[in-house]
Amino acid sequence: MKTAPEDVLQKNYITAEYGIRSWLLTRDHKRIALLYLISITLFFFVGGFFAVLMRLELMTPQGDVVSAETYNRLFTMHGVAMIFFFLVPSIPAVLGNFLLPMMLGARDLAFPRLNLLSWYLYMIGGCYTIYAMVTGGIDTGWTFYTPYSTGYSTTNVVPVVVGIFVLGFSSILTGVNFIVTTHKMRAPGLTWFRLPLFVWAQYATSVIILLATPVLAITLALLGVERIFRVGIFDPALGGDPILFQHMFWFYSHPAVYIMVLPSMGVVSELVTCFARRRIFGYRFMAFAVMAIAVLGFLVWGHHMFVSGQSVYAGMAFSALSFFVAIPSAIKVFNWTATLHKGRIEFRTPVLYAFGFIGLFTIGGLTGLFLATLAVDVHLTDTYFVVAHFHYIMVGGAVMGYLGGLHYWWPKMTGRLYHEGWAKFSALILFVGFNLTFFPQFVLGYLGMPRRYYIYPEEFQVLNVLSTAGASILGFGYIIPMVYLLWSLRKPRTAGPNPWNAKGLEWLTPSPPPTHNFDTTPVVTEGPYEYEEKSADDG
Amino acid sequence: MTGGGFSRRIYYAVGITLLVLFLLTVGVAYIDLGALNIVVAMAIATFKTILVVLYFMHVRYSSRVTWVFVSASFFWLVILLVLTLSDYVTRGV
Amino acid sequence: MTDSHSHVAHQFDDLAQQQDASNLGMWAFLATEVLFFGGMFAAYAVYRTLYYDAFVAGSQHMDVLLGAINTAVLLLSSLTVALGVHEVKRGNNAGLTRYLLLTITLGLTFLVIKGFEYSHKYADGLIPGVHFTLDGPEHVGLYFILYFVMTGFHALHMIVGVGIMTAMVIMTRRGRFSPEYHNPIEVSGLYWHFVDIVWIFLYPLFYLIRVHP
Repeated sequence: MKTAPEDVLQKNYITAEYGIRSWLLTRDHKRIALLYLISITLFFFVGGFFAVLMRLELMTPQGDVVSAETYNRLFTMHGVAMIFFFLVPSIPAVLGNFLLPMMLGARDLAFPRLNLLSWYLYMIGGCYTIYAMVTGGIDTGWTFYTPYSTGYSTTNVVPVVVGIFVLGFSSILTGVNFIVTTHKMRAPGLTWFRLPLFVWAQYATSVIILLATPVLAITLALLGVERIFRVGIFDPALGGDPILFQHMFWFYSHPAVYIMVLPSMGVVSELVTCFARRRIFGYRFMAFAVMAIAVLGFLVWGHHMFVSGQSVYAGMAFSALSFFVAIPSAIKVFNWTATLHKGRIEFRTPVLYAFGFIGLFTIGGLTGLFLATLAVDVHLTDTYFVVAHFHYIMVGGAVMGYLGGLHYWWPKMTGRLYHEGWAKFSALILFVGFNLTFFPQFVLGYLGMPRRYYIYPEEFQVLNVLSTAGASILGFGYIIPMVYLLWSLRKPRTAGPNPWNAKGLEWLTPSPPPTHNFDTTPVVTEGPYEYEEKSADDG
Repeated sequence: MTGGGFSRRIYYAVGITLLVLFLLTVGVAYIDLGALNIVVAMAIATFKTILVVLYFMHVRYSSRVTWVFVSASFFWLVILLVLTLSDYVTRGV
Repeated sequence: MTDSHSHVAHQFDDLAQQQDASNLGMWAFLATEVLFFGGMFAAYAVYRTLYYDAFVAGSQHMDVLLGAINTAVLLLSSLTVALGVHEVKRGNNAGLTRYLLLTITLGLTFLVIKGFEYSHKYADGLIPGVHFTLDGPEHVGLYFILYFVMTGFHALHMIVGVGIMTAMVIMTRRGRFSPEYHNPIEVSGLYWHFVDIVWIFLYPLFYLIRVHP
């Protein structure tokens, strides 16, 4: 190979080509990741907007901001936007897309064209759903329970369901791409047990996506058939069985919780090792734990249906199985803690998010055990306790991990460093705001306040005001990173290839990386987190 | 993965076996076996599937990963069917 | 540059890696498809368990013979696909084209027969939500809904399959395939066999519930 001229060497994936066409028709995984970053951020703020209105309404016991009907639409659209259009694609589609090929030492994903198609499907599904939201919205709850969704709701159920159906294929194609890439495109010497845990997490997530999403697709298709043709599949008045809908829905939607949180666990493993300058404690246990969560996550869906009329015996079995998921989850938390123990921890922004994740995920996970306990769940079902629990997992876990990862790899993606002081400040603000928003909701739920109501008895007001106050801090905390991250783009590209002195193949290339990632395919000779050896050399 | 393959004779043999099994399915359906009818029908269908997967889809000489993928998809199908039915068959017991 | 080299996309090192990747990609996609149809089979299993008599009553309106012909047609088409893959590996592109065309013909035959069955069902008033006049047991409608949804999604897959096979014929005519490079044929074949397998289960589950006297 001839040596490339200077200007070719300078080109990175962002400056390789110019013009809107070069972005909309790109097959470069890094550019597609940026397309996703922009689109899911949009959906995050759409979902956040609905949350703001809800928290405003809940400041007082009476209904004074919105009507009951509007409130039903708000919590439904908040759930739909956040779960399907932000959380499910967030880490895989943005960070996974950007990093997976680089962590494997590959030039791109196995199927670049399919990758671009995924983004277009995401956009088609997303735009259609936005259209449905603007022209009347949907009020069924993000769970679309039948028969309300098929027979009674007068809102845009079918368009939203079609949007999510299309989005499902976007997820599936991403999953296929990641799985094949991980199997077939690892650099020489990169054995399975030398893979970064981020890759393991993406792989486990892709397995879940592949095996769960199709069941959601067919469930929503059947829902659409019932609603359009007025035939009884799930509606008991027409001869169907509504519990079957719940079984099929949760066969996807419980594993979907792990689609959202496993990638964050992968991110946290990277952050903890890098900033504690230590090898991960119990690497193989960590790898097996994500796979175990992926499998066990499919065996527990009935714990969402304890009060649905499901058989008592099935309920007991699902309850017992649910406890098993706690084992690999606890292994992960213990091993992160053990990795941090006696580490020389550098308190940079990304690791603050990792700390946030570990603490909040632990609270979310433990309260999950309360809810998996049959008798306790009967008391807590459909109360704010459940709302608080899953926000600790989804926001405290998944979003913290996403933001931590975004801060960690931002210099790699853009070549720029953000303002560390502001970043630390906003991480702190987010942690405080989050807890102030959702901790009172545990108490509210325990006291018996049901979810999905726009009015409530007066004695709940103090806690609700606290929660709304927290939400406004939280909202502020989400705006700050937007500002300083965008601001950093005005600065010159001074990050250098490896600003954190991190291990991992992605740090071997310039920041931002060239289109083909590596000039020569790297050869891997050691595990992913050999930090200690290096520090010994330094000393 | 490519190259190799079976001889043409084997493809014809598998094809004919599939047709015979199909005729068997129809034939058995006309005999009253009570609850066993569905069991036999599903057993034959599963056997036909195994033949198609192993020979027509070449899994017999495919890599271990392919075996894992095939087994995983059927394993997950079993999870879906068994856990869902576990609710319905234990109701009101 | 050798001829086979030009088929390697930039992200792959060599043809073998590319072929392994696309085969594995199809298997991963088929795993998704298993669960897609699996959801419907789960619904079928539940409702057949709950309302067996209604399913028996509904299945009496099936045309066992047409269903049987279709089963045979599909099994044959799987054989022709397998033989087509066999021919291309030996460099016999004329043979490949012949088998592909045969496969397409069998696929279309299946769809035409299915079309006749559907139109008979319409004439007999057996399509829930569209034209349903059957006065059977209480839940007999469920049987027909599942029948139309499951065979409908299967037929949709058949249509896609016929489209893919047509594309393969065009690519073969353009001389794209050789003993070294014929991966698209193999991968399309995997898809076709999967669709065939779905029908292997659909036929006894819908047509042969209780045909014995």
